[in-house]
Amino acid sequence: MIISQQKPLADILASLGDSNSVFIVGCAKCATVCKSGGEEEVWQMQEALISSGKSVTGSVIIDEACHMLRVGRDLRGRQQLVDDADASLVMACGAGIQSVSAAIPKKTVAGLDSLFLGNIRRFGQFEQKCSLCGECVLSETAGICPVTACPKGLLNGPCGGMDEGRCEIDAEAECAWAQIFTTVRETGRIANLAESVPPKNYSKIPKPGKLKLK
Amino acid sequence: MTALLSKFEQKLMAGSFVITAEVCPPKGCDCAAFIRHAEALSGMIDAINVTDNQGANMRISPLAASALLLKSGVEPILQLTCRDRNRLAIQSDLLGAAALGIRNVLALTGDHISFGDHKEAKSVFDLDSVQLLECMKSLAAGVDMSGKKLEGTPSFFAGAAAAPEAEPFELTLFKLQKKVAAGAGFFQTQAIFNSGKLARFCEAVAPLGAKTIAGILLLKSAAMAKFINKNIPGLKVPEEIVQELADSADQAATGLAIACRLAREVKPHVNGVHIMAMGREEVIPEIVDAINN
Repeated sequence: MIISQQKPLADILASLGDSNSVFIVGCAKCATVCKSGGEEEVWQMQEALISSGKSVTGSVIIDEACHMLRVGRDLRGRQQLVDDADASLVMACGAGIQSVSAAIPKKTVAGLDSLFLGNIRRFGQFEQKCSLCGECVLSETAGICPVTACPKGLLNGPCGGMDEGRCEIDAEAECAWAQIFTTVRETGRIANLAESVPPKNYSKIPKPGKLKLK
Repeated sequence: MTALLSKFEQKLMAGSFVITAEVCPPKGCDCAAFIRHAEALSGMIDAINVTDNQGANMRISPLAASALLLKSGVEPILQLTCRDRNRLAIQSDLLGAAALGIRNVLALTGDHISFGDHKEAKSVFDLDSVQLLECMKSLAAGVDMSGKKLEGTPSFFAGAAAAPEAEPFELTLFKLQKKVAAGAGFFQTQAIFNSGKLARFCEAVAPLGAKTIAGILLLKSAAMAKFINKNIPGLKVPEEIVQELADSADQAATGLAIACRLAREVKPHVNGVHIMAMGREEVIPEIVDAINN
């Protein structure tokens, strides 16, 4: 899921500027799990905006905000509330924010910062395991992604900063290659440790990404 | 392009003992002191490593600084990291190095950007050190990384870094093997404090055919050793050395004595010594004397 975090209220108020009435959009999927843009957070935001002298015309939690057609439909269902507002504040990831900005011709304010594609370790604890690099190497790396787990994304083994199996930039973190090495030893999983891995092919992930199923 | 061997390379390949030292180029464009330090050392050491935004701290281009050394008659080892350049920039710089007559290149991954003075910068790491060595091999074969033919073929004496004291050693070993397979002719190691671990390293690396130049770190004080342990990746000063410095009435002198002692200890195991003086280049001659006598 997309891990997101609420922007500080001061930043949101600065972005709203002289827009006095606000329509708030939340997301029932990732932002709800991240407790950054679910029902509770949208309600709290509404209270905070009112305390800061803004008026809130209404709100909606969209299931899910990255779905552009659904966002259009849900907003049309609340057309009057949307029209009454000077701006919409979107408490969803960057994809969700842009579904809204594409659907409403008015000012759109981002309520969240989108951080990474994350796994859920336990409630409220998220970890990045995949960088969406377009060329999955997990079959060759014992199921552990060095592109993501190594801060330098090294494909050919640990850097010179690794010691005692720890990462040079975080003594608490296990080096990605130490994880791979240990996994190979303990589970007998296969990893390509001996052969040089060529540089990644970044032409596989052009920006902006597009995929159309045939 | 000339394919003449560098003097450093000739000496190393002939089996003679070499001495290299690291001199950090300036933060700024005034290279006078940098060249003066290098010239003062050039009579007693074989080559000078020119660091590349060392510790992710922005400094003058090591390519420019290496070219200035060459012009002053000092043999450089150009350090090139993958942190700040993508594969186009790396190949451009390598061709530039060759055109300027720089032959020795130490291929490095590079310290993480979070250690340096531009923490908000984007790190590149388009290539890693193994891929950088492969890239140099490709250029030396007359083609770039996309297979396009080059006008004039560069030639390099490629080296790589090694951390003989890092554990687990087997984990580092497979990368060392890849580095040699990718063309590394020599290793310059991180600071050595434990000659037992260095011997283990040499035993593993000797059959690969690469030469080993052992790193010797010059410490000024116990406080500096502690700072290094906390802030400099890949360097780990053992507790007994920190204590030896702390117990000394003249810590700088003790630091020099430790460096001389370690240099003498490692000498029998290796093909050369690499001195990291951490800004105290003026005492390098004393370490060189200790190695030679």
